[in-house]
Amino acid sequence: MERALKIDQLYVSYLGNQVVKDITFSVEKGSLVGIIGPNGAGKSTMMKAVLNLIAKDKGEVEVFGEPLKKWKKRIAYVPQRSDIDWDFPITVFDVVLLGTYPNLGLFKRPSKADRKWAHECLKTVGMDAFSNRQIGELSGGQQQRVFLARALAQNAELFFLDEPFVGIDVASEETIIHILRDLKNEGKTILVVHHDLSKAESYFDHLLLLNKNMIQYGASEEVLQPEVITKAYANQFSFLQTKGVNVTS
Amino acid sequence: MNMFEFFQALFQYEFLQKALFTSVVVGVICGIVGCFIILRGMALMGDAISHAVLPGVAISYMLGINFFFGAVITGVLTAVGIGYVSQNSRIKHDMAIGIMFTSMFAVGIVIITMMKSSADLYHILFGNVLAVRMSDMWITLGIGVLVIGLVVIFYKELLVSTFDPTMAQSYGLPNKWIHYALMAVLTMVTVASLQTVGIVLVVAMLITPAATAYLLTNRLSVMIYLSAALGIVASVFGLYFSFTYNLASGATIVLVSAFLFAMAFFFSPSQGLVWKAHKSRRNRLELMRK
Repeated sequence: MERALKIDQLYVSYLGNQVVKDITFSVEKGSLVGIIGPNGAGKSTMMKAVLNLIAKDKGEVEVFGEPLKKWKKRIAYVPQRSDIDWDFPITVFDVVLLGTYPNLGLFKRPSKADRKWAHECLKTVGMDAFSNRQIGELSGGQQQRVFLARALAQNAELFFLDEPFVGIDVASEETIIHILRDLKNEGKTILVVHHDLSKAESYFDHLLLLNKNMIQYGASEEVLQPEVITKAYANQFSFLQTKGVNVTS
Repeated sequence: MNMFEFFQALFQYEFLQKALFTSVVVGVICGIVGCFIILRGMALMGDAISHAVLPGVAISYMLGINFFFGAVITGVLTAVGIGYVSQNSRIKHDMAIGIMFTSMFAVGIVIITMMKSSADLYHILFGNVLAVRMSDMWITLGIGVLVIGLVVIFYKELLVSTFDPTMAQSYGLPNKWIHYALMAVLTMVTVASLQTVGIVLVVAMLITPAATAYLLTNRLSVMIYLSAALGIVASVFGLYFSFTYNLASGATIVLVSAFLFAMAFFFSPSQGLVWKAHKSRRNRLELMRK
């Protein structure tokens, strides 16, 4: 199997505190990877550092054996909902069209073919009926689907999604996970920051469990063992135990 | 004097033609640049930069060079200074803006007072569009062509980096340089506006037409055209009132602009307060009837 992504000894600090320590793992092409861990475990921070969106203290990132820089335009990133100004004067279709921008040269405008492609991507996520709506008029799930359509429009090889399932409806969640599986079957590599352990095994084939340090990376069923999970969620578990919940099973 | 007489005067007096031409160009470029300023949440920054060109203008006068150069230098220096202070201390962005621009403005006032020409200070602060010289007109036109050219060429990049800076950065756009380029453009627009509205009121021409357009459309491209058009309307009518009633041109232009904003605020089809109130009242009545 070809190696799509290799992270070597990644360290990141925020305001002088180390929030991500010594992360080393590699992802095979065509994997659907969930990044899980408790609140404040540095999941989003790690993703941003991998993409060079924030400075890292140390660490190497390789994409298909080459520096990240060479692959920038073939990597689609779907930000957290809270990072977007939903009042911005932009329509649903124009958001999706942004996905074609990375592969257009300077001075170039999207062509007819680009517009047609953007429309198809919008259809894939089932949002083509909302084409002319202002982006803020949609529900959270619909907005997330539009941003996924934008990622599709980018014709990317790697997809990074930051908490795509937060605050969205069940139908949208199913649509999104369905599309991610299709992408995986096409040989695309997908990393998703996710917080809901209950669905982690059914959604992802690999999991990266974090709590500032890397706890474990591997096939989902291996990572979702009680003794592994406990290492990351130790604090929460001791809280649960004081409440009389038995988590040692 | 009615509109007809104003047009007659327009054909008669060259100074009035120059004034009208300059104000229209300023209306257009302030309208265009203003859209990006407000969507990037930099309205306060616009205010700061426009004030911070004062020392540059003063020093240029003193050295006998065109004030365009001095203004751009102090304007960009202030933008860099604000960024430096807020990124390297617990001082928040708005605090840094407040400190830096008032300091620069004060420096400018001191220099101009030392030059003992308070008349010039008055015109720089409040504009004097009826005294526009041929050279000012050309500078304004040059800046206008440059600004429109830049926005047309880099529209795509400006749109992405304004709407979703994270995406822009992830595919390799230099957000930081786009920011400073925009600051440089902002100082140039301020220089172009010195004659028509003056330093103190430039920010109104940047923000008010753009904000009015923002209430009227859901598309950035439409917003830019609308904002430029509103800028023109404000400039033409403002100049008319200024000429007719012998009022400061900056003030009349800004007031026309503010009036247009108020109309949009209350009557905009999608965002207007009046329609919103009307709709919710109708909904309530309908529910009562059921």
